[in-house]
Amino acid sequence: MRRFVLIAVPYLWLVALFLIPFVIVLKIALSDVALARPPYLPQLDITGGWDSIRTFFSELDFENFWFLTTDDLYWKAYLSSLQIALFSTTLTLLVGYPIAYGMARAAPEWRPTLLMLVILPFWTSFLIRVYAWMGILSNEGLLNQFLLWLGVINEPLTILNTNAAVYIGIVYTYLPFMILPIYSALERMDDSLLEAAEDLGCSRLSAFWLVTIPLSKNGIIAGCFLVFIPVIGEFVIPSLLGGSGTLMIGKVLWEEFFSNRDWPVASAVAVILLLILVIPIILFQRNEQKQREAEG
Amino acid sequence: MNQPVFATWNDPDAKPLIQFRNVTKRFGDFTAIDDLTQDIFEKEFFALLGPSGCGKTTMMRMLAGFDMPSEGQIFIAGQDMARIPPNKRAVNMMFQSYALFPHLSVWDNIAFGLKREGKDKEAINARVEEMLRLTRLSKFAKRKPHQISGGQRQRVALARSLAKAPKLLLLDEPLGALDKKLRQDTQFELMDIQEKTGTTFVIVTHDQEEAMTVASRVAVMDEGRIIQVATPAQIYEAPNSVYVADFIGDVNIISGRAKPTGEKVAIQWAEGQPDILGTTTTKFDAGQEIHFAIRPEKVAISTEEPLDAANKLQGKVLDIAYLGNISTYHVELPTGHVIKAQTANTRRLSRRQITWEDPVWISFTDTAGVLLER
Amino acid sequence: MTRFSWFNATALTLGFAFLYMPMIILVIYSFNASKLVTVWAGFSTQWYGELLRNEEFLSAAWVTLKVAVMSSTIATVLGTMAAYVLVRAGRFSGRTLFSGMIYAPLVMPEVITGLSLLLLFIGIGLDRGVLTIVLAHTTFSMCYVSVVVSSRLVSFDKSLEEAALDLGCSPFEAFRLVTLPIIAPAVISGWLLAFTLSLDDLVIASFTTGPSATTLPIKIFSAVRLGVSPEINALSTIMIGIVTVGVITASLITKQAAVRQAREERMAERPA
Repeated sequence: MRRFVLIAVPYLWLVALFLIPFVIVLKIALSDVALARPPYLPQLDITGGWDSIRTFFSELDFENFWFLTTDDLYWKAYLSSLQIALFSTTLTLLVGYPIAYGMARAAPEWRPTLLMLVILPFWTSFLIRVYAWMGILSNEGLLNQFLLWLGVINEPLTILNTNAAVYIGIVYTYLPFMILPIYSALERMDDSLLEAAEDLGCSRLSAFWLVTIPLSKNGIIAGCFLVFIPVIGEFVIPSLLGGSGTLMIGKVLWEEFFSNRDWPVASAVAVILLLILVIPIILFQRNEQKQREAEG
Repeated sequence: MNQPVFATWNDPDAKPLIQFRNVTKRFGDFTAIDDLTQDIFEKEFFALLGPSGCGKTTMMRMLAGFDMPSEGQIFIAGQDMARIPPNKRAVNMMFQSYALFPHLSVWDNIAFGLKREGKDKEAINARVEEMLRLTRLSKFAKRKPHQISGGQRQRVALARSLAKAPKLLLLDEPLGALDKKLRQDTQFELMDIQEKTGTTFVIVTHDQEEAMTVASRVAVMDEGRIIQVATPAQIYEAPNSVYVADFIGDVNIISGRAKPTGEKVAIQWAEGQPDILGTTTTKFDAGQEIHFAIRPEKVAISTEEPLDAANKLQGKVLDIAYLGNISTYHVELPTGHVIKAQTANTRRLSRRQITWEDPVWISFTDTAGVLLER
Repeated sequence: MTRFSWFNATALTLGFAFLYMPMIILVIYSFNASKLVTVWAGFSTQWYGELLRNEEFLSAAWVTLKVAVMSSTIATVLGTMAAYVLVRAGRFSGRTLFSGMIYAPLVMPEVITGLSLLLLFIGIGLDRGVLTIVLAHTTFSMCYVSVVVSSRLVSFDKSLEEAALDLGCSPFEAFRLVTLPIIAPAVISGWLLAFTLSLDDLVIASFTTGPSATTLPIKIFSAVRLGVSPEINALSTIMIGIVTVGVITASLITKQAAVRQAREERMAERPA
């Protein structure tokens, strides 16, 4: 009895507030937009009995998904989200790896402090961390002032409201997600492995390629997924740092919903976004599981 | 063999404290306990001995109530335990990991079970103090488990499980985490405490020396069955099977065919070798498969042919293991069998004359070994 | 041997400069006297004063705090239950679905979570406001709590619970007297995580809120959309300050506890 309550309470909560809402999204994605409240048709009316349920289902269709394929805005948004996510994940890896490596090689008594310094931004508001870059990247911002002062450029660069600003914002906010798994992989690595590699004739660089990188592979994979998956659906960064040319699917969904009030299309966009995410999520899960099994 | 003073199990009128009645326990496809029936009596110190996975821990967990039998029944003091949860059993357990509550002091750990009984404060105080004295922990009452040593933790675990004065105390590898020296001291302490409190102890161990030292009876288990239950001396001197003989201590096993000759049994075991003579109460048919088991310390070794030995074999020394107090000689017979013979090193090294490759005689009496069917 | 070279030193210096420079600049410019946020015009605390007189910000902060406390507390209870179910309940029908529902919200884009919850609330005719945000935040943060707590429970020595049962506890007493005190640090960090997630959330709150409840992130977002503002700098500085003090205090406390424990363990093994 007690066991039943223990399972039922969180279970029912999640069914009611996670699963059912999701089914509703699916259903609305198959409905038609209408000038009504709520603005979509058909509405399910259970009081009408079996017949009305049947007509309800017969009126559902894939029209919205069809619409998504005809308007190339959506195609472009999906592709550009993928491209931005891929590129910024690579950038984050290139920036994050040396930091994680430096941390893992630092003196042991320093490591907890360094770790805390990486985690600290986690607890700071995401919005504020993105906002901080607005002042730096704007035309009169500190970066431009600095570059002008150096004499590298003669007139201010336009960085804010371009994709470049989006990349910077993503790398900055998601950096801890990349550093932490790589650090934990590198920290576990035995220093004597590198000594053994050098003893067997490797140069320092080739020891790094042949020993360090393969041993931190799982950390790299985990870090990449941890950045890639949330970036795909990112909304705050493209809307604050990106420009009108920055197409990301999270932003499109938001605008479809709040500006166009086209709920069915917004839902269809959400469904497709999820379908795109399913593959990396499954790959990520499998990687995690493999790692758990390897660790016993 | 001496009859031990304490031997309730031989008394036909004694009522057992614990009864396993055809108990089977399965985990999925795996059968952990296979149709097991066994009585354990009051005030016994009963050891379950066997390799890991033999089912000894499952037996103990069924007594504690953490696992339920798939078939059969378990009675404690005549009561069927089928529907009784662990917290309603007059049974306490000392866990292998000790399972001391890290957030409570030694004192509170020991008082934990007493407080659940709803005893009044003074009774609890008195009982905890008594337990602290019994286990010599009074000085450490206020400390947390991580502030005391491994040996002290073991005693806290013991005190905690004894505090409620259970009818039955279960000990799961109680000394496994201690180093060898401390383990030996603690074994005697355990026996002492068992005697003082008069509690029935059931101990699970894979360490045969430990089982032999502490237990009044030892049950040797394998693959979910009890192979033999007897006093330590009987288990050692009169094992009922090759498995038991081999599991407990060091042993030489020679297999052959039986040839009953009057009171004795001769074993034909190799072409061109004299039969081995042994005595037994079991009846063997002529030509039946038979195993002869003899402990190394019962095999004598000499450079000259012994005159009055019932069994004597010739071979050469293959290896010598010098262990300080004793030496074990590995003697290879012409048939390829290797027989271990042990001698006490009562003389200094320089005085002993047997060395590698020496031709030697090994000999033993016709009562020194046991004859086994399986 | 630690291979600490100039390369590592450079990587760490540049890396941490990158991580902290923007926030440091933000803090410095919050004390700027000029309205133009990019030009330094001397030290001033006037923006803090204006912030504290801004009713809208204050009421948004109050709403955010209320939502965060309520949602993180409910999420901690539900998340701990869910973690216990995941780790201890063994098999039950629908277990796969259950663990799927625990892990899915962690990777679900916020826009989808927000959208789907909004559609639910509209569907059942629930007025949007503080209640709906609390429900939404509880749902996704309970999953984070359950991941934190279940990772602690996995390494929890099950024989401690069995010992409690053995000594006469009912299963619930065993949880209350033994399990909960021992996993308390994980439960507390779960609560803190849920609290921060709720404080921080913009997207889900935007979807699920109504005109009656504006949270601080929503307020900040609508303000910064128009550009950088000194008041927001001041607000950010206050928030960064609170977090920094909190995190450093917490890490000092845990470090001290670890050091003490290690010393006591060494003492314990020394023969008396």
